[in-house]
Amino acid sequence: MTDFLDPVVLARIQFAFTITFHIIFPSFTIGLASWLAVVEWRYLKTGKEVYQEIYRMWVKIFAVTFGMGVVSGVVMSYQFGTNWSVFSDKVGNVIGPLLGYEVLTAFFLEASFLGVMLFGWKRVSRKMHFAATVIVAFGTLLSSFWILSANSWMQTPQGYRIGEYGLFYPTDWLQVIFNPSFPFRFVHMVSAAYLTTAFVVGGIGAFYLWRKQHVRHARVMFGMAMIMAVFVAPIQPILGDLHGLNTLEHQPVKVAAMEGLWDTQKGAPLKLFGWPDQEQEKTLYAIEIPKLSSLILTHNLDGEVKGLKEWPREDRPPVALVFWAFRIMVAIGVMMALTGLVAVVLYFRKKLFQTRWFQVWCMALTPAGFIAVLTGWFVTEIGRQPYIVYEVLRTSDTVSPVVGPNIALSLLAFIITYVFVFGAGSYYIIRLIGKGPDSADNAYGDHGIKVPALVTNLGTPTGGNEHV
Amino acid sequence: MFSFANFLDLPLIWYGLIVTAIFLYVILDGFDLGLGILFPFAPSERCRDRMMNSIAPFWDGNETWLVLGGGGLFAAFPLAYAIVMPALYTPVILMLLGLVFRGVAFEFRFKAAGKSRRIWDYAFHFGSLGATFMQGVILGGFVQGIAVVDRSFAGKPLDWLSAFSVMTGLALIFGYTLLGSTWLIMKTDGNTQEWARKCAAYVLIIVAGFMGLVSLSMPFVNEDIKNLWFSWPNVLLLSPMPLLSAAGALYLWRDLHSQRELRPFFLAQGLFLMNYIGLGISLWPWIVPYDVTLWQAAAAPESQSLLLIGTVIMLPVILTYTGYCYYIFRGKTSHEDAY
Repeated sequence: MTDFLDPVVLARIQFAFTITFHIIFPSFTIGLASWLAVVEWRYLKTGKEVYQEIYRMWVKIFAVTFGMGVVSGVVMSYQFGTNWSVFSDKVGNVIGPLLGYEVLTAFFLEASFLGVMLFGWKRVSRKMHFAATVIVAFGTLLSSFWILSANSWMQTPQGYRIGEYGLFYPTDWLQVIFNPSFPFRFVHMVSAAYLTTAFVVGGIGAFYLWRKQHVRHARVMFGMAMIMAVFVAPIQPILGDLHGLNTLEHQPVKVAAMEGLWDTQKGAPLKLFGWPDQEQEKTLYAIEIPKLSSLILTHNLDGEVKGLKEWPREDRPPVALVFWAFRIMVAIGVMMALTGLVAVVLYFRKKLFQTRWFQVWCMALTPAGFIAVLTGWFVTEIGRQPYIVYEVLRTSDTVSPVVGPNIALSLLAFIITYVFVFGAGSYYIIRLIGKGPDSADNAYGDHGIKVPALVTNLGTPTGGNEHV
Repeated sequence: MFSFANFLDLPLIWYGLIVTAIFLYVILDGFDLGLGILFPFAPSERCRDRMMNSIAPFWDGNETWLVLGGGGLFAAFPLAYAIVMPALYTPVILMLLGLVFRGVAFEFRFKAAGKSRRIWDYAFHFGSLGATFMQGVILGGFVQGIAVVDRSFAGKPLDWLSAFSVMTGLALIFGYTLLGSTWLIMKTDGNTQEWARKCAAYVLIIVAGFMGLVSLSMPFVNEDIKNLWFSWPNVLLLSPMPLLSAAGALYLWRDLHSQRELRPFFLAQGLFLMNYIGLGISLWPWIVPYDVTLWQAAAAPESQSLLLIGTVIMLPVILTYTGYCYYIFRGKTSHEDAY
């Protein structure tokens, strides 16, 4: 019972739950905002209605997703204090300003111009509306920059000293912001977000093509998604590999957990599958390819790879979770890259838009990006355990002085609220997809309002009052 | 490492900035939340559509001030953030959950059809109501004081709950409703405006009552506050505050019974400002009453300096484009047939 109500365990479950739900939305909106900017740019450039209609459909989905991202994000900005107050006190000097910059440079930008993007059609010029879309897209990237910098600092801390009361003090801001894992994590995450969006858009395009519905729009969606699959999906494993090598240098125990490798070995095999057993200190039922792990990690068939036993038991992360999450992420990455390859072949055979089985395949991959993003984050976050700031500050030493039952109750409240609210959100998004781009409807970015949203007495004919 | 600590009182500047951010949150999201509280009482469905349309483009930006308040406190006064959040754990979490329901209602209500729209009407109302009440409770719990031992909250889980904090919670509900109804007077016309005018007048009476009640009970919360307000010559020096509040309330009362459309909103904000300044004077110089001062809780000067650069550059930019967005959506909100 006391174990069940352990504040550290509960606080970790609560943080994991709220952040897992939250990251789903940004990993979609980062890509969607950029894509909408491209679509609107095509519209302004070509004047083709199809782009405008696509924009109008997807901006509604964007609005719902962004709204859910905002409300779950506000929760995050308080979770540090409510659940990890000792952490906040100790490292506030270092990562506080990074989060402050995120709010100042990105959040206000996104929030303010989102209003223009959704409701501003016919209230501002086309160019200004396009600018608003670009600004929102830029804001999502800026936001990623700061939050990933803060997270990366917790993975690979540098540019600090520890002073009185165990408080962290910054000594070099550039070292803090551009810490060793940050560039890799940033690039890997942004391209993951772009791919997530591409596969959602592509999957829905494929769904319309398969049903022979909205074919004009579906070809654009599917085609643009496949461009991403062809050019970005193959790059992602390379970025991931570079990120992994960076992790090997700075957090070798995480890599050992990813590999399920217990004993330090020269010419270490790659374990395709298996069950890492934390107690017995070995990976059971492993299917291995000889020497491949050494080749990937050290670029040498007989290179030495450190095993988990190099670290004391209490300094190891939960291996099985990291091991499996990593395999799921990699499997999805491979499937995405394969999709790009198939798309190239079909394109040159002039069958890209007609191949039924490929449409089904793309439909099946619609949620793939989300799963890859989540499992990737599980690898990096669980792999950092038992530390909150790698090798400097233990997670168990940073929890708030809040009693277990209190956290348990709030966790329950979060679960009920999130499942209900975000379940409803998903339902509305699916309905919007079901409706498709409705070309009969002339309003644009109208947010469900047929007559341009607000205000009548500006001297512009909005037709608002005549239809009472 | 650069730092402006040699020639600037950084903690004081940051205190000013965070107090300002929280105030901007209160008056900006205050009218959004107040409108949510009034929502089910509106005379018609059309009226409700119109109410929601009047704030749909702004609420997200308004709520961002709350993130700046929280994030800014974390960055500039990490110790205060680390003590206050666990102390007010339950009301903070409940406020956040209220804001979740309130926030998604904007999107979902427009997408929902038929009966399911009712769900989001209530999510909007009870989310706003709950978040507001909890913000008032947070304020009350904060003013009562927080038990601190060794850089950490040392009280009990329900320390925040008291008659005083429940009173401030109720007071804020009516306060935000006043902001919401005067916003509607400004942004709507016809039926909706007439109804909002009536609401505002009723609510103003209750708000005035609560202002008196909270002001009178404050001195009993803490001995220092009593000495501050009721010693000579402070009584004289501080007298403009209650007098200005009373005058503001009277002017507002008169405006609500005339055809004025803009001034009521700004007078209601003025009332908030007076109360807020009064509160600030009472709590000075505590950032965790009555244990930690703003200088004790300040982040390292290097941290405060770095973020100050960003703030000096970004704050005017933010205020400019926020103003621009309000300008784009200026004027009366479109009529009830918005669908």
